[in-house]
Amino acid sequence: MAKISVNGRLRTVDVDHADTPLLWVIRENLGMTGTKFGCGESLCGACTVHINGEAVRSCQTPISDVKESDRITTIEGLDAKGEHPLQKAWIAEQVPQCGYCQSGQIMQAAALLAENKNPSDDDIVEHMNGNLCRCMTYARIGKAIKRAAAEM
Amino acid sequence: MTIMDKDIGRRTFLVGAGASGLIFGFAAHDGIRLADAATGKGFAPNLWFSMDAAGKTVIRIDKAEMGQHVGTALAQILADELEVKWSDVSISHIGFDPKVGLHVTGGSWSVNWTFDRMSRAGAAGRIALIEAAAKKWGVSADTLSAKDSTISGPGGKKITYGELVKAGVPPKAFSKEAMKAIALKAAGQRRYIGKSLPALDIPAKTDGTAGFAIDVKLDGMVYATPALPPVRYGAKVKSVDDSAAKKIKGYMTHVVINDPTGSQTGWVMAVANSYWTARKAALALKIDYDLGPNAKVSSKTINDESKRLIDNTGNASTFLKEGDAEKAIASAKVRHEAIYTTTLNIHAPLEPLNATVEIRDGVYHIYTGNQFQTLAMGLVPAALGVKPDKVVLHQQFLGGGFGRRLEADYPIMAALTAKAINKPVKMIYSREADTEFDFTRPMTTMRVTAGSDGKTLTGWTHTVASSFATARMAPGFLGKDASGKKFDPFQINGSDHWYTIPNQLVLTEMNKIAQSATPSGQLRSVAPAWTFWAVESMIDEMAHKIGVDPLALRLQLLDGKGKNAGKGATANGAKRLANVLQKVAAKAGYGKTMAKNTGIGLACVTSQERASAAWTATAANVTVNPADGSFTVNKLTVGTDLGTLINPNAVEAQVQGATLWGLSLATLEEVEMKDGRIQASNFDSYTPCRMENAPDLDVILIETGQYPVGCGEPAVTSVAPAIANAIYAASGARVRSLPITAEKVKAAL
Repeated sequence: MAKISVNGRLRTVDVDHADTPLLWVIRENLGMTGTKFGCGESLCGACTVHINGEAVRSCQTPISDVKESDRITTIEGLDAKGEHPLQKAWIAEQVPQCGYCQSGQIMQAAALLAENKNPSDDDIVEHMNGNLCRCMTYARIGKAIKRAAAEM
Repeated sequence: MTIMDKDIGRRTFLVGAGASGLIFGFAAHDGIRLADAATGKGFAPNLWFSMDAAGKTVIRIDKAEMGQHVGTALAQILADELEVKWSDVSISHIGFDPKVGLHVTGGSWSVNWTFDRMSRAGAAGRIALIEAAAKKWGVSADTLSAKDSTISGPGGKKITYGELVKAGVPPKAFSKEAMKAIALKAAGQRRYIGKSLPALDIPAKTDGTAGFAIDVKLDGMVYATPALPPVRYGAKVKSVDDSAAKKIKGYMTHVVINDPTGSQTGWVMAVANSYWTARKAALALKIDYDLGPNAKVSSKTINDESKRLIDNTGNASTFLKEGDAEKAIASAKVRHEAIYTTTLNIHAPLEPLNATVEIRDGVYHIYTGNQFQTLAMGLVPAALGVKPDKVVLHQQFLGGGFGRRLEADYPIMAALTAKAINKPVKMIYSREADTEFDFTRPMTTMRVTAGSDGKTLTGWTHTVASSFATARMAPGFLGKDASGKKFDPFQINGSDHWYTIPNQLVLTEMNKIAQSATPSGQLRSVAPAWTFWAVESMIDEMAHKIGVDPLALRLQLLDGKGKNAGKGATANGAKRLANVLQKVAAKAGYGKTMAKNTGIGLACVTSQERASAAWTATAANVTVNPADGSFTVNKLTVGTDLGTLINPNAVEAQVQGATLWGLSLATLEEVEMKDGRIQASNFDSYTPCRMENAPDLDVILIETGQYPVGCGEPAVTSVAPAIANAIYAASGARVRSLPITAEKVKAAL
């Protein structure tokens, strides 16, 4: 049994193995499927969530490393109505194609904007480079981050 | 192959008033009676749209949603002629329906194949609604018009579609001739076609609610993932020891997969109460294999065989023969020959392949995302040994397709697991399984020879050795040459380019070693990505050989004469390509003085097929560092003439993505085979384009009003030769093997 706080709710989860990645606990135990499995090795960023406001790869975060006091935020909890400036910008710029990586992209970008209100192109590339988009929507991701930054 | 009206024409079209509202579509079979249509029996799953008494309209999409927003585009086409209010439109995706005909999403065919069908489906619906209003008001239908789901008549009469549906729309059948006779709108009358309407699938892809196959959840579901054999293809399981796995809490069992269709070999599924436990168990299984016939095959073995085949063409199939190319080249003033190669490439869609299967009342319910339902619905029942009506496909969003999801291996693996354990199971490929057991882009080796009189090209040969994906996947689609020899048209398309060269010979042959060891598939843009790599490199090489500017030589060869005049949808073809090329060259600043070690390279292509060519050109601006051969792609300017644009913003997105795919394949993606195994397993060893690799993109969309063609792939194919040609322009280094690397550039300097 482990207790974790996800999107403001304290949840008790029954996990067989201490090394189970947070990704699978979120997806299978809690049934929240917006956070995606892409590589399992922190190489693609599809599984990105926030822990205490920082973007982390949930596929490489064993549940045993998560403390009850840690505040975990997933794409479902980024904004109650799904209207975070980044989410609105993603729609305005028509960013997603297949869409599979985009939860991770948005969570990664949200951590950037939380600490850098006006990121440069280089800031964006540096911060977002670990997030793979196989549809290669990179140009629009960059534009949407700037749009959201302007709105915030 | 272009099929624009393959459904219309075979069947009677029906519009009827069913219990649930207006229903519309093809008859379930040719003999259906209008009375059946009126009651709605047998219709609900088979229709292009339905409308309820509130006027809400659901347009049914037979194409897979994998990032191209195809549902939105097809709905725009139908809604335009139906004159339905866009805010009343929603879409739903058809899992599988044999009445669709060839049920496949690929080849950049979707809009090209369905534009006419969806237009006429919408128009027939509008006509039936107008006639219903005419009858109600006792006026001639000619006096009525429809717009925004409302019909207007003389004296200010108005009635909404919803009101008509509520009152009942009399059934109306359209014969094949009547369907063909419907006059479709002229371009200037269109409301939705040509507008960048927001894609209907995007909002759910920003808040985590979009439903991919991997997100499916069924009661009592368990999880499975494969333990992988050490060779890509041909291994057999001799024994499995699961004593270590049994110590893992939550492990349930393992299943040795014996797939009669042979989609994967030597796989053992570990089954557990969670994915993580299944993965731990898969890694803990001790499996003894017979490695089979391919355990010694390497990329070098495959390349050597391809080289042997292009040196000995006695068994090759003839794809194209015009005049006498060998004679023309032998007697030419300038002759040149080069060998071009491409490497193994992995699809690597970001959603690892997966399927969830539940057996309910003897029927296998398959929840997955698939591009080729006709194939999957043939192979899955065959693998299970059940009749086709015992398998139902529930189509989900595809987390990337790129041709990988044309295959049926993953629903088969899941279904065989479900059959063995008789429980609902979610089967997920690990990233390692997805990478190592891909149906790759084949390795190709190509020889091109060309002859010139010093001004233009007089002779051309192009010989391609590769594996034949179609021979494995769908042998019925193989072509036959004049002597009856079979070939894979999808491995050679593009070599029948639109340049006027009087003597041409194109030969193609299967590399059987590759066919066995690394079964290939269709990877985004397929053959034109290697055939045009060779064609557009050689055109550039010949231009330099004879001292003609590469742009000028291309424009001269694109004279639009003979077969290159085109016809129907491709009318004026070569000239359209020349137009795009000129616009791209001008926008990119081609011909202007360049900075030191910087050059612009051009390429123009007619992917995917002659009959559905998207007239596309790329200018690559590249700087080369002569010290080490490293190079920077500064900018890619891409232009495409697709005839008619359905949704320009979505088209631009596809061209942007396709262009970066082209860059990625040209400069970043490569994998080798060694000892029968793919030597990459995850995104550290297989490295597609990331944000830092993406150069500036300038996309030019050109409309000529001609019949629409697809945009998902063609731009991929023009990028690699444009970059290689730019590197030559910048440095004089000619690289003829993909991917282009600093080492190869340095070696060629």
